[in-house]
Amino acid sequence: MPLIEVTNLRKTYGEHVAVDDVSFHVEQGEIFGILGTNGAGKTTTVECLQGLRTPDSGSISVLGLDPKADHTALRQRLGSQLQESRLPEKLKVHEALDLYASFYTNPADPADLLAKLGLTGQRNKYFGKLSGGQKQRVSIALALIGRPEVAVLDELTTGLDPHARRDTWKLVEAVRETGVTVLLVTHFMDEAERLCDRLAIFDAGRVVAAGTPLELRDRTGKTTLDDAFVTLTGRD
Amino acid sequence: MNTLAKITLTETKLALRSPTWVISGLVLPAALLLGLGAIPAIRTESEKTPGMRFLDAWVPSMVVLTIAMMGLQSIPAVIAAYREQGILRRFATTPVHPAKLLVAQLIINVTVTIAGVGLLILLGSVVFDIPGPRHPLGFLLAFVLGTTAIFGFGLIAASVAKTGRAAGGIAMIAYLPIMFFGGVYLPRPLLPEVVQKIGAYVPPGVKAMEDAWTGTGAQPLQLAVLAAFAVGSCVAAAKLFRWE
Repeated sequence: MPLIEVTNLRKTYGEHVAVDDVSFHVEQGEIFGILGTNGAGKTTTVECLQGLRTPDSGSISVLGLDPKADHTALRQRLGSQLQESRLPEKLKVHEALDLYASFYTNPADPADLLAKLGLTGQRNKYFGKLSGGQKQRVSIALALIGRPEVAVLDELTTGLDPHARRDTWKLVEAVRETGVTVLLVTHFMDEAERLCDRLAIFDAGRVVAAGTPLELRDRTGKTTLDDAFVTLTGRD
Repeated sequence: MNTLAKITLTETKLALRSPTWVISGLVLPAALLLGLGAIPAIRTESEKTPGMRFLDAWVPSMVVLTIAMMGLQSIPAVIAAYREQGILRRFATTPVHPAKLLVAQLIINVTVTIAGVGLLILLGSVVFDIPGPRHPLGFLLAFVLGTTAIFGFGLIAASVAKTGRAAGGIAMIAYLPIMFFGGVYLPRPLLPEVVQKIGAYVPPGVKAMEDAWTGTGAQPLQLAVLAAFAVGSCVAAAKLFRWE
């Protein structure tokens, strides 16, 4: 049984159909990518998975749980890093981790997690004083502090410089090594190609293709995921 | 330690690291009291305030200032900024409901309000010999109802605003008249009679506090109006509030 199963998901905001008949599944231990341009319905889909939004129709199962009905149980097991979510400027790194650790029944050791993410030197720094890459690493740390089985990482490397992006990618791979299933939301083709075992390409609220990066390139006869994406989303 | 205590402790540290609001609620009213009290003319009985010194009649307005600072400036700015920055949403993905963050902020802001008013009463009594409220229970009731009403207004502003800055702007719609009718800008004895009369019923109920402090006690009608404002504003805030 897949770890995450989304079937015929639909979500509208008034007249606007954000997600239309989306289905995909994620297997245990993989890095699964949700790839698409802005407004393709990626974040709405993920928010339904996290139980932050109620789907209009369709079904979602995460770790065998319904994100809405079983949200309390699910939140102990699902870690999230949200797009455009900050922390208070004057919150110290270790205070953020200590606080979030207190929310979970079996949290990771904050000091240990900071060491793994290369943040030990920043533990007493204010969040507002960190570089973009460091802030993202704190954000990943908070997503992992509850020892989740699934981690949702939304637009993880947006706004980071090339070095910080590559460092962050290594971290995501290291997270997967520890057995955590990763759901990666991104609009970067190179990121998806480098990290994802499988991915679903979203366009205008629908999944237009799903498979491994290699399969998607082969299917379209293109040499890069970038070109394959353009073909699959019909804007060639 | 339970999560609410942990969140409140963390939020308290944050409030003390950016102490604008704590200073506005705690230090500013007390400093105004000391500054104005230093002027001899204000410490004498005036024909506008028969039977008491001008200063004594003006202390309830400093209480209004304290409540308005915390309820209509601090709370809307902090809560709306937390929503704007995605902090409430971030909480919603953890096992802890973001309501706990809201409760922690209310605890902190109400505590500063109480401390601010306590400081005013203490300084008034020690430095200027202003007697404490003659009817403590009535004063307490007016203070609790008035504070609830004002904080409710603040939460309405925090609910409808998209950003912390916008929340401050929206709260001004209530803040300015409340400060005016509360006699903060111009002492109430100098205001036209009709303004004084309206002011008796505008939250946080400066007249009810005056009457409980130096007069014959807060009037039931004043307290009833304050209670209606308190219930109305809190119900409206609860209906309007959005977590994201």
